[in-house]
Amino acid sequence: MSTEAVLYDHPGPRAKTRNNVLTAIFGVALLALLYWVYAKFDEKHQWDGRFWEPFTQSTTWTQYILPGLAGTLGAAAVAMVLSLLFGLLFSVGRLSDHWWLRVPSGVVVEFFRAVPLLLLMFFIFFGVPFLTQRPMSVFWAVVIGLTLYNGSVLAEAFRAGIRAVPSGQSEAAYAIGMRKNQVMREILIPQAARAMLPVIVSQLVVLVKDTALGYIIAYNELLQLGVNNLGANFGIVVQAAMVAAAIYIVVNASLTALAGWLERRTRRAGRAPRRAATPAGVVEPQG
Amino acid sequence: MNVFSDPANVDAYVTGFLWILKLTVAAAVGALVLGVLLAAMRVSPVPVLRGFGTAWVNIFRNTPLTLIIFFCYFGLFTALGFKLSDDINVNNYWLGVVGLSVYTAAFVCEAIRSGINTVPAGQAEAARAVGMSFRQTLTMIVLPQAGRAVVAPLGSIFIALAKNSTIVGTIGLVEASSAMKDLINANGDAVIPIFLVFAGTFALVLIPVGYAFGWLANRLAVKR
Repeated sequence: MSTEAVLYDHPGPRAKTRNNVLTAIFGVALLALLYWVYAKFDEKHQWDGRFWEPFTQSTTWTQYILPGLAGTLGAAAVAMVLSLLFGLLFSVGRLSDHWWLRVPSGVVVEFFRAVPLLLLMFFIFFGVPFLTQRPMSVFWAVVIGLTLYNGSVLAEAFRAGIRAVPSGQSEAAYAIGMRKNQVMREILIPQAARAMLPVIVSQLVVLVKDTALGYIIAYNELLQLGVNNLGANFGIVVQAAMVAAAIYIVVNASLTALAGWLERRTRRAGRAPRRAATPAGVVEPQG
Repeated sequence: MNVFSDPANVDAYVTGFLWILKLTVAAAVGALVLGVLLAAMRVSPVPVLRGFGTAWVNIFRNTPLTLIIFFCYFGLFTALGFKLSDDINVNNYWLGVVGLSVYTAAFVCEAIRSGINTVPAGQAEAARAVGMSFRQTLTMIVLPQAGRAVVAPLGSIFIALAKNSTIVGTIGLVEASSAMKDLINANGDAVIPIFLVFAGTFALVLIPVGYAFGWLANRLAVKR
């Protein structure tokens, strides 16, 4: 581990003994902590078989969990495609030479990055129907909210990526007579996109997690169907929440692993611009 | 802007944002304390602690905050009888703080760990070579450099925390977003002004804070 190399010298015989003693002490302490948590749940009989029994029935999965997961992944997938378009459009807009494109793009991106997603969804779901005099579909309320927020985050990431392409690339392109439009489309965006691929996949994790906000406006996703409805129908909220959390963790950990693999792959092939490290704070811990 | 000439509506607005402020401050303290502890665990030479820190980060970073807050209420409070106050609002507030803290702590931990990783190994090796003790190396060499690299990510984590605190509305605390929802439902003719006031408040506070953190991080950055 690299952190060990920074903070700790390679352990000698004394340090090794000390580490072993500490391992034993903290091992016992952690086991005690875990047992305490287990006992707290046991006190309320939460580990009883009857609470877990519904998960052995196929209807639990076909009627609650799998449709919920489909709702989550569906909204995340549609929102991802739209966010990519939104992000591309506004990152190029923000890099434009014309102030009347650059300034509005900047305002839109900064605004949607600063407004809580839940506030946005409430406005789209409860407010917009008053304006259009038509009911708002809950799916689109979730997807539009996700698109505006994540699209803005991606716009900033793309902008950083495009700016990280070495200036020699665009200079060379201009020198051989390419137009601004061509330089952007054929030189800058393809290189930036490759460098930004891991960021895009990491943003997918944020998207998948954020679909859970749809629960608050009654969109049928995993938290709504797999935890709220299932938990209420069988009286197994705690267990349903644990199962749903495990599903979210598996999905998101696989996406994170994919992002890591993509990052290693682009770095190894040396195709990514060297300075195109992920700009700090791009992948924000939004709910 | 007639909606906001009614004192009751102004009151809803103020109360909503006061909850957001209280949630953000309390959860920021909680997340910072927990996050530093977790980061210390993750960089320690004791494998058990490293494993615990890694497990915490992977579990809470990959679970939606809405689910965590939901669990705090329906799991900890309803099912397990974990009660923090007799007042229902205060109880929900503290449950929200617990949920926000354990979630945000995972991100704080990762920010601090990557901050420590930005310090080149040669720095600590040189410190040890001139005879500094572990404590001296940590407090005089590693942490001052790591602290500067941590400012920017911590800034965006706290900004996200302020926005995430709206999710505590799920468990019945009437914070800003729930207050806005109620106002919209009661005043269908003034949807746009209501949204602009609530969203504008967030934007007016959080955008300058974001730039301030960016400026600070730039100023403090270690030039390498």
